[in-house]
Amino acid sequence: MQLPIISVLVFLPMLGIVPLLFLDQKNDKVLKGYTLALSLAEFLLSLRLWFGFNEAEAGMQFVERYNWFPQYGISYYVGVDGFSLLLILLATFLTPICVLATWEDVQYRVKEFMICLLFMLSGMIGVFVSLDMFLFYVFWELQLIPMYLLIGVWGNPARRVYAAIKFFLYTMFGSLLMLVAILVLYFYHGKVTGNYTFDLLQMYGLSIPFNLQFWMFLAFALAFAIKVPMFPFHTWLPDAHTEAPTVGSVILAAVLLKMGTYGFLRFNMPLFPEAAHYFVPLFCILAVIGIVYGALVSMVQPDLKRLIAFSSVSHLGFVMLGLFAFNMQGVQGGVIQMINHGLSTGALFLIVGCIYERRHTRMIAEFGGLSTPMPIFATIFMIVALSSIGLPGLNGFVGEFLILLGAFQVNKLYAGISATGVIFAACYMLWMFQRVMFGQVTNEKNLNLPDLSWREIGYFVPLLLFIVWIGVYPNTFLRKTEATTAQFVAKMEKAKGAKVTLSHLFKGEAR
Amino acid sequence: MTITIPSFNLSSIGPWLTLTLAAVLILLVDAFSPKGRKGIFPLIALAALAAAAWQTYGLWGKVGTDFSRMVYLDNFAFYFYLIILLGTGLTILLSPHYLEEFGKNLGEYYALVLFAATGMLLMAASAHFIMIFLGLEIMSIAVYVLAGLFREDPRSNEAALKYLVLGAFASGFLLFGMAMLYGASGGTLYLNELAGKLGSLAALTKPLTLLGLALIIVGFGFKVASVPFHMWTPDVYEGAPTNVTAFMAVGVKAAAFAAFARVMFQVFPDFTVQWNMVLWVLAVATMTLGNVVAIAQTNIKRMLAYSSIAHAGYLMVALVAANQLGAVSLLYYLLAYTLMNVGAFAVVILVGRKKDSYLNIYDYSGLGFQHPALAATMAIFMFALAGVPPTAGFVGKFYIFSAAVQAGYIWLAIIGVLNSLVSVYYYLRITVLMYMRPAEAELGPIPFTYGLTLAVALTAVATLAIGIFPNFFYNMAVNSVRIFPGLTG
Repeated sequence: MQLPIISVLVFLPMLGIVPLLFLDQKNDKVLKGYTLALSLAEFLLSLRLWFGFNEAEAGMQFVERYNWFPQYGISYYVGVDGFSLLLILLATFLTPICVLATWEDVQYRVKEFMICLLFMLSGMIGVFVSLDMFLFYVFWELQLIPMYLLIGVWGNPARRVYAAIKFFLYTMFGSLLMLVAILVLYFYHGKVTGNYTFDLLQMYGLSIPFNLQFWMFLAFALAFAIKVPMFPFHTWLPDAHTEAPTVGSVILAAVLLKMGTYGFLRFNMPLFPEAAHYFVPLFCILAVIGIVYGALVSMVQPDLKRLIAFSSVSHLGFVMLGLFAFNMQGVQGGVIQMINHGLSTGALFLIVGCIYERRHTRMIAEFGGLSTPMPIFATIFMIVALSSIGLPGLNGFVGEFLILLGAFQVNKLYAGISATGVIFAACYMLWMFQRVMFGQVTNEKNLNLPDLSWREIGYFVPLLLFIVWIGVYPNTFLRKTEATTAQFVAKMEKAKGAKVTLSHLFKGEAR
Repeated sequence: MTITIPSFNLSSIGPWLTLTLAAVLILLVDAFSPKGRKGIFPLIALAALAAAAWQTYGLWGKVGTDFSRMVYLDNFAFYFYLIILLGTGLTILLSPHYLEEFGKNLGEYYALVLFAATGMLLMAASAHFIMIFLGLEIMSIAVYVLAGLFREDPRSNEAALKYLVLGAFASGFLLFGMAMLYGASGGTLYLNELAGKLGSLAALTKPLTLLGLALIIVGFGFKVASVPFHMWTPDVYEGAPTNVTAFMAVGVKAAAFAAFARVMFQVFPDFTVQWNMVLWVLAVATMTLGNVVAIAQTNIKRMLAYSSIAHAGYLMVALVAANQLGAVSLLYYLLAYTLMNVGAFAVVILVGRKKDSYLNIYDYSGLGFQHPALAATMAIFMFALAGVPPTAGFVGKFYIFSAAVQAGYIWLAIIGVLNSLVSVYYYLRITVLMYMRPAEAELGPIPFTYGLTLAVALTAVATLAIGIFPNFFYNMAVNSVRIFPGLTG
């Protein structure tokens, strides 16, 4: 019998919590060691997906399906395609790194922290593999709880509760409206086909009247746009990032934000293709605003974490722009940029975490000349910063280049304005780097900072490896997404012909 | 002159008889046994509830009426039997230790609870308006007394008096409404006959019918604590002993909804156009007021009181939907609500200790790491009440809003989910306090007694279990609502 690899990936971390409960509360190292071992095992298992994945196949692979709630058309239905494969691997890849990063950082309630982390991992994978809308919604909500606790319990004492609640309420707001939309879709599908099901792939086949698509698209888009976060729904992000513990920020930035962009790709666009075309200008403009605004606001942040948080708004704007180009380059670029952002921004948050562990402050003004006491750190920081800027040869360039290429074919104006985002990125990133790392050591406290330990180097090396790998030879990764993207683009192309204007709206029945 | 006694079958009302006999037995044992042998009362009560549940199981699947068409035998009633028996049993589990602290672990308490439960069963199975009224009064009078159980405590007195006075008014409204319907229908109060007589649009739009219906909605609205008839709820819930509050929040509400739903679904299924707008407004007002005001509460019992108002609002959404799924969701949600709400009150009792001295929500600060298991269960209940998956609360809300969407009330569903969002805020605050705030003082030991621990563990596990595997109870509910042919969908 074939190993049900996806179910194993989803439930292994969750089941792994049970032995954790019985481990000694006091012995931090054992707790962390256990979690590290478990997450490494999870990563190795997830490699089976990578090697077993058939690149020529556009549809779902490793599919598992069991009846969960047949009367309602709900099933446990999971699978992986080119869009979700890389994101799952990103999640499993980053989790052991996160555990390593907590080694010295988290000293308080270690057991509970590890439980949250494992729970989170299950939730993240669950979101990316669900092909049943009900199942998706369950996982989508489920991963809120551990993240909420991570921010609220282990965050920065001053404002962590505020940030945690804001995070929870914002996300919940969007997702509850999405729930209503899912239900509307469910009943519409049932009425039209006579088959009441939450099966996403069957819903893909549905042709929905435009006025219904219009509202459904908006409802889904709100949930995902908050998560991405797109301008103007981004205000929860800087707070959540700033207050979260290092590892919380890493996971939040690297994986959780991708759930938003992934949601657009998996739900919004294929389910409501005509509406997606109709909304291209709106979303592209929001994405462009996000790119420029995020970059500009980054520039003036005095706090390192806030700076990176706003840079995420900018980077995710690029991803959205790529996805809404609906062509091969744009979408593939968007997908690869999701991974890039996960790697670079994850690494940046880890870097800030390293500084914070040493100095207990993140204010840029407190630093200066760190490259003198910390040369290894400076090197790693430089590479990561450049990758985030999009220097050719590193991963960021590949994603942004493809996205701009895709966007340029559709609308030169958007692409043109967005390209300035790259320039601004260079400004805020390099300026920040200069103020923190270069020059004389101005603050005495920074004189004798220890350089990175072997453990810290240990978790940066794999990140750097992939940063360079994607930068030099992105084909390894692009190949995996190609077939799925082609199918997606073809589907969107077909819907393009349907000309709809606003006059069709508000006419006829909506339900 | 001969009096013919119509034939009847005692087994049709087996559960009622069991509970009544057990209550009488408790009173007798109390009178004739030496003082201090109090441990036996909860055991008798639990045994009686178990027996009643077993009888209900035996009745399951029966269809028909008995006692001169006064009593319905159908799965809709039996499903409610199970909910009510479950709620009562859990209440009994909460009681002995808590009452002991107040020196009130008396036989009459258990007898009153069983009498109230009997009234609730009556309401669930009534086939005639007079039966509904009888059930309502049997239940209410017992509960009035229970609310005033701590008679030395002025708040308990206030609760009892307030509940009594306002409850009497509500009963008056209900009776008056029945009288109107009696007139409008030309002289019958049998539910099935009313359905026939008032089924036509002409009969439905008669002022007399409408007036009767309005008065009945007021009467039921009071019992289920819907806005604007909710004013008594916070004071009564706060003042009454916590175990009684739990009982009121789940048992009374379930029984009132049983009768309310039966009247609406059976007698007025086609009345959609006229009364649904009224119920729509009531549902929205109830949800919104309950949730918004709950945010401002600092007493946990008051907070749960407003939360129970909000939940009445969600349940009314199911009534508005008035379709098959709506009826199913009503049943399922009440079951889920019973579990999670009693669980929450059990934690309140555990944390409250020493004569309820820790009822402020800030007393939960630091609970998360001093008593991790207890806090984890409370977190489960809070997330369940807020409707976060994978709990029973989520599945229940999912059904209710599905029913609303299916019936075309998309705006109502949207208002409903937004209300859940508001509710997240105050439920989440409890978890914030438990996990994210340091304890203001050492919390000290919490007396885990068998009954309370069992109740908490049972409800927590069940809340998760029927949230992840809702099939069984869903199928049961579907089976139960087949008796309402008027429901569409």
